[in-house]
Amino acid sequence: MIEVRNLVKDYGGHLAVDHLSFTINDGQIYGFLGPNGAGKSTTMNIMTGYIGATEGDVLINGHNILEDGEEAKKCIGYLPELPPLYVDMTVEEQLQFAAELKKIPKKDRNEAVNEVMELAKLVDVKGRLIRNLSKGYRQRVGLAQAVLGFPPVIILDEPTVGLDPKQIIEIRDTIRRLGQNHTVILSSHILSEVSAVCDHIMIIDKGRLIASDTPENLERQMAGTAGMELLVKGTKEQILEILEAIPQASDVSVQESEEGINRASFRISTEPEEKEEEEDIRETIFFAFADQRLPILSMQTTKVSLEEVFLELTGEGTAEVIETGESLETDDFKGEPAEVNFIEEEEDGEGDEES
Amino acid sequence: MTAIYRRELKAYFQSMTGYVFIAFMVLFIGIYFMAYNMMSGYPYFSYTLSGMVTIIMIGIPVLTMRSFADDRKTKTDQLLLTSPVSVAQMVLGKYFSMITVYAIPVLLSGICPLIIKLNGNANLKADYASLLAFFLLGCVYIAIGMFISSLTESQIIAAVGTFGIILLLLLWPSLVGFLPTSAIGSAAGFLILWSGIVFAVSRITSHGPLAVVLEAAGVLSIAVLYLVKKDLFERALTNVLEKIAVTDVFQNFASHYIFDAGGLVYYISIIFLLVFLTVQSIEKRRWS
Repeated sequence: MIEVRNLVKDYGGHLAVDHLSFTINDGQIYGFLGPNGAGKSTTMNIMTGYIGATEGDVLINGHNILEDGEEAKKCIGYLPELPPLYVDMTVEEQLQFAAELKKIPKKDRNEAVNEVMELAKLVDVKGRLIRNLSKGYRQRVGLAQAVLGFPPVIILDEPTVGLDPKQIIEIRDTIRRLGQNHTVILSSHILSEVSAVCDHIMIIDKGRLIASDTPENLERQMAGTAGMELLVKGTKEQILEILEAIPQASDVSVQESEEGINRASFRISTEPEEKEEEEDIRETIFFAFADQRLPILSMQTTKVSLEEVFLELTGEGTAEVIETGESLETDDFKGEPAEVNFIEEEEDGEGDEES
Repeated sequence: MTAIYRRELKAYFQSMTGYVFIAFMVLFIGIYFMAYNMMSGYPYFSYTLSGMVTIIMIGIPVLTMRSFADDRKTKTDQLLLTSPVSVAQMVLGKYFSMITVYAIPVLLSGICPLIIKLNGNANLKADYASLLAFFLLGCVYIAIGMFISSLTESQIIAAVGTFGIILLLLLWPSLVGFLPTSAIGSAAGFLILWSGIVFAVSRITSHGPLAVVLEAAGVLSIAVLYLVKKDLFERALTNVLEKIAVTDVFQNFASHYIFDAGGLVYYISIIFLLVFLTVQSIEKRRWS
């Protein structure tokens, strides 16, 4: 169990972490969510003992990281934002070194290193210098290093940043597997990533905890601000008429994109409580347009970006549906990753580290 | 500690730095040895070592510059500091690895007195004692370099800074000669020194009242001492500051053939102090 009590980090007048308190229970995957500069990395750096705190305590399984550092650090595996790897070593040497640093007994060391190399799929590159590895492989070495010796708590700072979709899926799978018998804490600024993997989400902004709940509950809270975009063959007036007849759709706007084809976007204002029983709005829309014999060329749900969620949660503005170009954020409602179909195309996407 | 020690040592020989350093040292030992002992027939190898004191001034900064600066720049210090290893162990691991690299050319030069012996009279005791002093002097310089490296992210600044300080230490005995020797001059010098120390303390602790109290206490005690026992201050500043000249201990061995045990203890104390300061500088960085 990890207890963070009243944590403050003051960088010369700027509060990176502002009286943050939370408790992390064993055996779950926790997600730190927040925009850049929210204090996620600083919090993680304090929790792992890399930097000190201005105020407050961090207890890892009862050991205070700031006072009883060595015992507490034995319980933690940490992958910082930039994997801390010595580029002049090979993958295997790096992991052997990390195993020695983590005080894994000499007789178990080879086995432990081989185990994490299997887990992170590094066996093929174990003799390569880290200098010559691509970002994705370095990230994997960093992950292998963090889980080396299987400490009870694994802390990962933006583990999927800069990876291609195939690698992202692989790392997520690995994290899910680790979550079965470890406490995992990961940070991200991508909402769908956290909701895909984590059992519990903590939203941090300006160094403060603004929400802490299961992804289902948070998503329900946010569902009220989801939106949809349609590409319909028909006139502007027809589309407006149909959409205004649908009670859930609000803030409808229609723009002509091509000759005779209009792009309509609107907000779906479902009441959070009703969501369960209600039929899928996509069906309602489909039949509404079908009745008028207007073909829908494409239909896409857009989720609010995290920034909008923050504005919503901190009450600093009105949420607005924005279209995000990233495939990762335009998931459909069920939270299934939309990038699955990338796999085929990206199959050979790892060839770049050969150079 | 052994993990860090072995990794660092390996890194020195993977990145060429170690080989270049050893080659550089061996080359210059060879040149001085040839010129002084072989060609001129001077039977003391310690004379060659005196020449080497200026050479290590260039070699050692190259050896020490990357120790902490590089870790900090590439963020590999995150691995070390989040591992169950104390900062002191980390510092010692790195320090011993540098000493090991430095010890290789020093040990190799241990052959030289034997070569002199083969060709006639040698002064083995004086030479090997000088070699020990030379080794410890290098260890002091390495500790200085390591401390400077822990203060910065830039290897260049670390190297230049270390070079500057070692050069200053080399020139120190002559520089001290310019200081005033009169009682009033010494007293003024001590006042300036004390104010400098108080200023440093107040910057580190950012504790205003403490600095004022310290400054007042210092000024008062110097003033009282000066009024009560004026002759105590005659040449006092020079005498105190002379002690900083670390090369003097080595010169006792190499030029005067004195086994200066106190001097060796002095070297080891400086090393302890600098290792301690390096640990503190890393801790301070974590907490600010």
